[in-house]
Amino acid sequence: MGLFSMTKMVFRSVSRKPATLMYPVRPAKSAAAFRGRILIEPLKCIACRKCEKSCPTQAITVDVKVRTWQIDRLRCIICNCCVEDCPTNCLSTENIYTNPMTVREGIEIYTVPPKPERKKETVDNSKTEE
Amino acid sequence: MIREEQKMQDITPDSLIRSVQAMKDGGKRLVQIGCARIGDIFEINYSFDKDYNFENLKLTIPSGLEVPSVSGIYTCAFVYENEIHDLYGIEITGIAIDFKGTFIRTSIKYPFGVVSSKEEDACQNKL
Amino acid sequence: MSKQVVIPFGPQHPVLPEPLHLDLVLEDEKVVDAIPTIGYVHRGLEKLVEKREYPQYVYIAERICGICSFIHGMTYCQGIEGIMNLEIPKRADYLRTIWSEYSRMHSHLLWLGLFADAMGFESLFMNAWRLREHILDDLEATTGGRVIQGSCKVGGVRRDISSEKLDEMASGLDSMQGELHDLVNVFLRDSSVRHRLKGTGILSKDDAYLQGAVGPTIRASGHSYDTRKIGYAAYGDLSFEPVVASAGDSYARCEVRAKEMFTSIDIVKQAVKKIPDGPIDMKVTGAPDGEYFARSEQPRGEVIHYIKGNGTKFLARHRVRTPTLANITPLVTILKGCELADVPIIVLSIDPCIGCAER
Repeated sequence: MGLFSMTKMVFRSVSRKPATLMYPVRPAKSAAAFRGRILIEPLKCIACRKCEKSCPTQAITVDVKVRTWQIDRLRCIICNCCVEDCPTNCLSTENIYTNPMTVREGIEIYTVPPKPERKKETVDNSKTEE
Repeated sequence: MIREEQKMQDITPDSLIRSVQAMKDGGKRLVQIGCARIGDIFEINYSFDKDYNFENLKLTIPSGLEVPSVSGIYTCAFVYENEIHDLYGIEITGIAIDFKGTFIRTSIKYPFGVVSSKEEDACQNKL
Repeated sequence: MSKQVVIPFGPQHPVLPEPLHLDLVLEDEKVVDAIPTIGYVHRGLEKLVEKREYPQYVYIAERICGICSFIHGMTYCQGIEGIMNLEIPKRADYLRTIWSEYSRMHSHLLWLGLFADAMGFESLFMNAWRLREHILDDLEATTGGRVIQGSCKVGGVRRDISSEKLDEMASGLDSMQGELHDLVNVFLRDSSVRHRLKGTGILSKDDAYLQGAVGPTIRASGHSYDTRKIGYAAYGDLSFEPVVASAGDSYARCEVRAKEMFTSIDIVKQAVKKIPDGPIDMKVTGAPDGEYFARSEQPRGEVIHYIKGNGTKFLARHRVRTPTLANITPLVTILKGCELADVPIIVLSIDPCIGCAER
């Protein structure tokens, strides 16, 4: 009994497809609920700084005067706290994660509309996104 | 959900060895030794368990006082005592295997023994 | 008596996933003494409690260990709830139990794989990790994270599982059980595995108790000590028996972990049947003031979170005694008298997690 305990498993493996995916040629699988990265709709943002306060890793910086919302992708742990605390629901989580980087970057700055009236959307992707 | 009863008993440095020996004689297992700094005072907790009965001894000492080791009674205490020495700088005398401050190597000496420094710069701006 | 030689083992070694250093004193091929050194990966997570508010610290508590992350977060929350005397909703307790058991299965499958790898049984390692993938997929679909779940918070849990998903999880475990049986069969019956593990690294019953061994290490030495029996979360409502082996050798430790996965499957199925409807969290106001020792059973053994609050949002002290820290002394005892070639197997058989041990 001791010698052929593996046989069943071996035969099963032979008749089966490989368990691994050819990542990155084929995209990685991810569930709908998977927390990949934080997305913002800058138009809806009111720069209330609630997300900045709730962030445990201090990845989010909101500048109320200059009206910018900034996230450090490498600092963010995608805990979803900011999404839960956002009063205008402008933050959401996507199930695709940020691409890996070879140098220390990943700070993204978004311009949010000024306080009283709403201006046209201006998204500043001066750093990198995808 | 069942919540455990928290049994805490205060002891003094003189009665430490005696109390721990009594625990061992009662057939109890040493669960952990932990330390906490409250201002200038250090609290050392000795936790024991027998048949899911959890008990604690609390030793309160001012900084600078030496504490005798209990590793003569429970050998496994040496791990916790070296850790307390390395993180808090409390002198513990007579540890079974004394690493003399090399058990946990930290860039700041005795990091838990000092008052936490205020962050000069916000974390966000550090790369 | 022959000459004594000191051989350094680690911190970099093919079987070690994490840095543990051992100075092995040898007489010919026999180890007569072993001196452990840790301290390569101290991250000061406990100190961070002074800088983060207590609800935020959950995410840091989870990152103490990358494998048993959910249970660390849960135990921390139980500690805070203990100080503030909060009675969290029943459904949250059950969800916590289900996720704990899932992380136990994933940790044990990971360990079985690594153990097979340490024995040189490469294909068994691949098979163990193939099964682990099912568990991780379920964790990902229900919590949103594969190994760092982030689904626990003070006062309950952050995500609910729909009843359809719960049934799907239970039936998924059912269909996995057959393959798991085949896998465990190799670990427990294969002659080469038995030959490698039987009789290596024996920890006697008394030593295991007095040296403070926890988890599968103490259960493999004939004690039925399992922290889940104190009935935290929903364990008090579920019936299960701790898996115990009596030999105390590496084979027994492997056997305990292998059989525990079936207990976990059983617990999940019971919990899915019994889970009540209702809210999953409650509003938490105020700040903890007092101290509390929260205990729970991790895949590696009993973990203690000592929490001391001072009435502000920032805790005064958070101290974690992880199972590996408690298992270091038994490891040193086991190593005395073994052969040099058995050292890697024995070190791995306690499931060392040094990142956990140093925090």
